[in-house]
Amino acid sequence: MRAAVIQFPGSNCDRDMAVAIRQITGAQTDVIWHRDSALPPRLDLIAIPGGFSYGDYLRSGAMAARSPIMQAVIAAAARGVPVLGVCNGFQILTEAGLLPGALMRNGGIRFVCRTVSLMVENSQSIFTSGYDQGEKISIPVAHHDGNYFADAATLDQIEGKGRVAFRYNEPVNGSARNIAGVLNDAGNVLGMMPHPERMIESIHGGSDGRRLFEGLIRQIA
Amino acid sequence: MKSRIFVTLKDGVLDPQGRAIHHAIEGLGFSGINDVRAGRLIELDHDESVTKADVEAMCRTLLANMVIENFEIEQS
Repeated sequence: MRAAVIQFPGSNCDRDMAVAIRQITGAQTDVIWHRDSALPPRLDLIAIPGGFSYGDYLRSGAMAARSPIMQAVIAAAARGVPVLGVCNGFQILTEAGLLPGALMRNGGIRFVCRTVSLMVENSQSIFTSGYDQGEKISIPVAHHDGNYFADAATLDQIEGKGRVAFRYNEPVNGSARNIAGVLNDAGNVLGMMPHPERMIESIHGGSDGRRLFEGLIRQIA
Repeated sequence: MKSRIFVTLKDGVLDPQGRAIHHAIEGLGFSGINDVRAGRLIELDHDESVTKADVEAMCRTLLANMVIENFEIEQS
């Protein structure tokens, strides 16, 4: 198995993401600089990590979404390569048009940094098969712009197709319908604000994030 | 030549920053403000060869997020 973690100026979860993928899946994992225009061949997973790419200038994720490597990521996603975007990675995927909606400033204005309770809304996707349907899990969030917005018709459409992967069990950031993670129509792209890579062993306070990667490896190995 | 681009949130999109600004204004003792919406002004200094259509294309592809924002262009 082979994976790539995309690194932008201002990414700060790139190493954690690479460590999580390597430790849990055993994948050869390359960290790819955003100025590169090509990805390694035969990738099984692309991860867009958290952080503050380009200092969140213009809009969170807006500049990163237009960097050279993203054309290759968009092409790989169209071929069905699994793409996981966490936090700033979720913002980048919406800005790149790979996922619907937008992530706006948190409803309460404040940066939110704590472990939150999530509901697994769809355990059938390649990213969520390590969980049970309707299971409650604990994963940390750390973001200023996690307030998911889409118009009502888009929200109805993604809910109707089971594309809400995770939902907050509590108000966290003002997200529409408490949405925490969204899949694309084909199911091979997931964006989520919580950080599974920060909850992979007991010393982190829990290992609920580990099961996302364990489920993923079973689906794509 | 200059283009001034005003990027604003679409109607119906909640604006937490505008709401916080509103509270701050009232906290300073100013009254009578009914609503505050915050946006962004981007000024481009450019050659005559850059058309308004070019600037619109820049707005659609980068400067505004059409999911949540509108834009207006003033050229001078």
